[in-house]
Amino acid sequence: MLILTCPNCGVAADETELGSGGEAHLTRFGAGSSDADFENYLFMRKNARGVHFERWRHSYGCGKWFHAARCTTTLEVFGTYPAQTTEPPAELIEKIKQKRPDFEGFSK
Amino acid sequence: MSTRLTNHGRLIDRSARLEFNWNGKRLKGFKGDTLASALLANGEVLVGRSFKYHRPRGIVASGPEEPNALVGLGQGGKYEPNQRATTTELFNGLTAKSQNHWPSLEFDVGGVNRVMTRFFPAGFYYKTFMAPAFAWKHVFEPVIRKAAGLGAAPDPEERDADRYEYFYAHCDVLVIGGGIAGLAAALQAGKSGAKVLLLEQENHFGGRAPVDGVTVEGKPAQDWIDATVEALGSMENVTIRTRTMGAGVYDHGYALGYERLSDHAPEIAGPRHRLWRIRAKRILTATGAIERPLSFAGNDVPGVMLAGAVRDYMINHGVSVGDRVVVATNNDDAYRTAIALKEAGLDVPAVIDARSTATGPLVEKARAMGIRVETGTAISSVYGNKKVTSVGLCKQSGEGTKTDELECDAVAMSGGWSPVVHLWSHCGGKLNWDSEMAMFRPDPSRPPMGADGEGFVLVAGTANGHLDAAAAIADGHTVGAQAATEAGFDAKDSAAPVAESEAEGPILAVWSMPQGQNKKLQMKTFLDYQNDVKVSDVRLAAQEGYESVEHTKRYTTLGMATDQGKLSNINGLAVLADSLNAEIPQVGTTTFRPPYHPISMGAIAGEARGGLFKVLRRTPMHDWTDSNGGVWEPVADWRRPYCYQQAGESVKEAVNREILQTRNSVSILDASTLGKIIVKGPDAGKFLDMLYTNMMSTLKVGRCRYGLMCSENGFLSDDGVVARLDENTFLCHTTSGGSDRIHAWMEEWLQTEWWDWKVYTANVTEQYAQIGIVGPNARKVLEKMGTDMDLSAEALPFMAFADGEIAGIKARPYRISFSGELSYEVAVPAAQGQAFWDAALAAGAEFGITPYGTEALHVMRAEKGFIMIGDETDGTVIPQDLGLNWAISKKKEDFLGKRAQQRPHMVDPKRWRLVGLETEDPSVVIPDGAYAVDGTTRANGVKHMIGRITSTYYSPTLKRSIAMGLVEDGPERMGDTIMFARTDGTTINAKIVDPVFLDKEGARQNV
Repeated sequence: MLILTCPNCGVAADETELGSGGEAHLTRFGAGSSDADFENYLFMRKNARGVHFERWRHSYGCGKWFHAARCTTTLEVFGTYPAQTTEPPAELIEKIKQKRPDFEGFSK
Repeated sequence: MSTRLTNHGRLIDRSARLEFNWNGKRLKGFKGDTLASALLANGEVLVGRSFKYHRPRGIVASGPEEPNALVGLGQGGKYEPNQRATTTELFNGLTAKSQNHWPSLEFDVGGVNRVMTRFFPAGFYYKTFMAPAFAWKHVFEPVIRKAAGLGAAPDPEERDADRYEYFYAHCDVLVIGGGIAGLAAALQAGKSGAKVLLLEQENHFGGRAPVDGVTVEGKPAQDWIDATVEALGSMENVTIRTRTMGAGVYDHGYALGYERLSDHAPEIAGPRHRLWRIRAKRILTATGAIERPLSFAGNDVPGVMLAGAVRDYMINHGVSVGDRVVVATNNDDAYRTAIALKEAGLDVPAVIDARSTATGPLVEKARAMGIRVETGTAISSVYGNKKVTSVGLCKQSGEGTKTDELECDAVAMSGGWSPVVHLWSHCGGKLNWDSEMAMFRPDPSRPPMGADGEGFVLVAGTANGHLDAAAAIADGHTVGAQAATEAGFDAKDSAAPVAESEAEGPILAVWSMPQGQNKKLQMKTFLDYQNDVKVSDVRLAAQEGYESVEHTKRYTTLGMATDQGKLSNINGLAVLADSLNAEIPQVGTTTFRPPYHPISMGAIAGEARGGLFKVLRRTPMHDWTDSNGGVWEPVADWRRPYCYQQAGESVKEAVNREILQTRNSVSILDASTLGKIIVKGPDAGKFLDMLYTNMMSTLKVGRCRYGLMCSENGFLSDDGVVARLDENTFLCHTTSGGSDRIHAWMEEWLQTEWWDWKVYTANVTEQYAQIGIVGPNARKVLEKMGTDMDLSAEALPFMAFADGEIAGIKARPYRISFSGELSYEVAVPAAQGQAFWDAALAAGAEFGITPYGTEALHVMRAEKGFIMIGDETDGTVIPQDLGLNWAISKKKEDFLGKRAQQRPHMVDPKRWRLVGLETEDPSVVIPDGAYAVDGTTRANGVKHMIGRITSTYYSPTLKRSIAMGLVEDGPERMGDTIMFARTDGTTINAKIVDPVFLDKEGARQNV
């Protein structure tokens, strides 16, 4: 059972307090978008083996959404950060690169 | 015959005699006995029958690894099947029954399976019960169910009489196991100042050290154990729990502990079991090792036991398992048993040692005591049926030709020791095969990884592969300090305690006894006692192509019983490796999964039973409803009345009465469960325009609008009426089940996509009681209640609301209607709900006012053709399917779901669409969910379906059955008659009509 620290309230929350929200930093494509863009937005996910950026909500806590950078194989948590951003903070990317030299950085 | 000795018994109190009941017999034991030791003390060697062949079985082990001695404990609400006699502490009045036999333990009819042994090989069930299909239900299954299975399930009518609870704990270092290594580790961690939690599954500390004659710091181990436990007990940062097993290790330092508070003394008040939910920075497992059986023919005859267990029973409980005990071994440790037996004055006819030479100090000591040691020798077979009578000897290097026979009444066997690596492995810790020691041991370079990317489980002592006491205690000392350091504490440098025990010579890996055991002997050589898996089964599986240990496990059921292969797995995979001509590490182990040892279902449930099983939300009128005939049904977390039943009427009659009362006069409805969400801010209108399919930003203050919400996939997800309270404030009503979900949905979009929009939301569902006054006389009732508002059609028209007072209570009546009648849904503060309800009932008395429930609500909305989320929708229906195009804005550039609804499949004219349906026979109600068929058959043989029923009722208003359904080309086929299939093969004819059955022009509600 994972523990993630909510960047909003600072609580190290048990997974039972959290709701998972899948891959982070998706770009929404609405009315008027192409079939390919819409399909990509609605259905296609990276399903990464290794470093993954994902959405969580502190559902049974402060209620806020946040993002977590996590390794899907070892469950190492590199960091959490607020949801109000379109890409991971640069210092977090740097931290991950130090721990995982083969990590090529964040891409949409 | 096993019996109580006059000497030994360090754990029992001979002055405290206890009486217990075994299969109806009254037997005696002592305080400090386990059920197993007490049974042996009473000469009860036969304790059960095996699972498959119903072979007589006796106690093999002395701890949680015991495969045979499973009993039914207790009676009535305290009965529990499959409890291990070896982990059950004896108490006065204990009642236990043996299992898996009929009619009795001594005489068992199922024992015929035993002579059929060669007809029940590995995969027997898979191979035999393939066909014909009907035979499963009528022949195979009833027979197998009667013959197989372990203990009987408790009576389903009985409720567990005990209480259980959860306990949450956080610590820096969790130490699992209170043997000498665990104690040394806890002491080191405790001294560093780390918060330490020490769990020990037994009611005493020290593990095997006191039994094995270990000395620590020059004194008997028990002295050091007592002093250390006392020192730990005096540390404020250390918590100690006995009778608490470390059950499982999970991600990020999560662990489960299983505390048995009153199993040993049922008179103790409070919960019986406690499930500890622990978060630890570091988990240190010092869980010791388990002895392996040897694989020789007849190794399951009652009286054949593990050598360590024989020693345990003698030294701990003063019980001898037999007068003449043959010891069979491949290592030096078993000589401790031979020596102890001899010292207790019992006869040891011989030590049968598979090794060609044996020269360690223990061996020499045994020889010096006059014990006959036969090296290079094996047991060819054990003789005896319900009890060992003799053993045959043969050359270990041969095929099993008997060279000698020794009379004996017990056999103490040791195939070496396997570290208990379960907790290390639960969360991904890897193992290495140590061929010299013949064991899997943890690989410290591949630990389970924690949130910080570091290993969070450490292993110490025997569990780490240090079978020698001196090495084990030193390892505990070192690893304890390491765990504290890794948890962020400064572990003090100090000398490790020095332990001493007799040195042991090298072990010889013996997976088959004798080495070239012939096929006949293989068929009597058991690997898994509980599931009756023999050497011959594993060899057959390998021969049939099962190469993976995981597949072999499932095919043969090796290690799949309640002991999860604690005794059998290593021996089994070694036999598999040998059969495949592979090395043991290539074959590997099966996956270790929690719990380490079965824990009670009660502990898993904790307090979550009865009224605490699930959250129950109550409306302010819940108690009134309960005492006024309300027939409850669950609606999300709420309870709502299906109807209000009056004396002498059926549920169906009540529903019809409620409908006619509403249509003809006036009724009252508790609509408080309706979700109510405030959406406020300068961008609230813009936000709701994105959420709803229709335009909400143009709604006038004081007015209401019905709206639909869709997922990004375009599917209808919720509906409800939105009211604009002021320029910046909207109140969104959701379905009863949808309030939390829709509030979360709003927050998700506001927080993660449109975080720069100035909007706040608040879920105020439970702040208001919402009471519907419904029917032609509704206005009269409200006016009679007394109000400062003008409730006339002109001042408060349909789809408007007002704020004021009714019956002296602050109230907001909404002119909205889900029944098609003149209707006011009045929101009042929740605390005033019952007062308003009472006032309405009093004022409405002259109109015969009565409450109506959810079924009347459903029928009336169906009469009006109103959709219901969850009836007309199922997650695959778009608003366009339901003829709700009028509620989908064409002006808005975008809303959630718009893009998805433009996809080709969503605009396909062949999508099933909503219509009304009237049966030819008005008294026949179509079954819910029935499919419309056109009489043709598809290529796969099923009837071709062209639609389905979504809502179906008998309408007392129209005095006929009505239904709504989704039908291919439905709206274009008005007046056509189509068929609906019943499950009995017959069909029902129904005519396609407009889904609005009553008052199409809305005259009844616009008054």
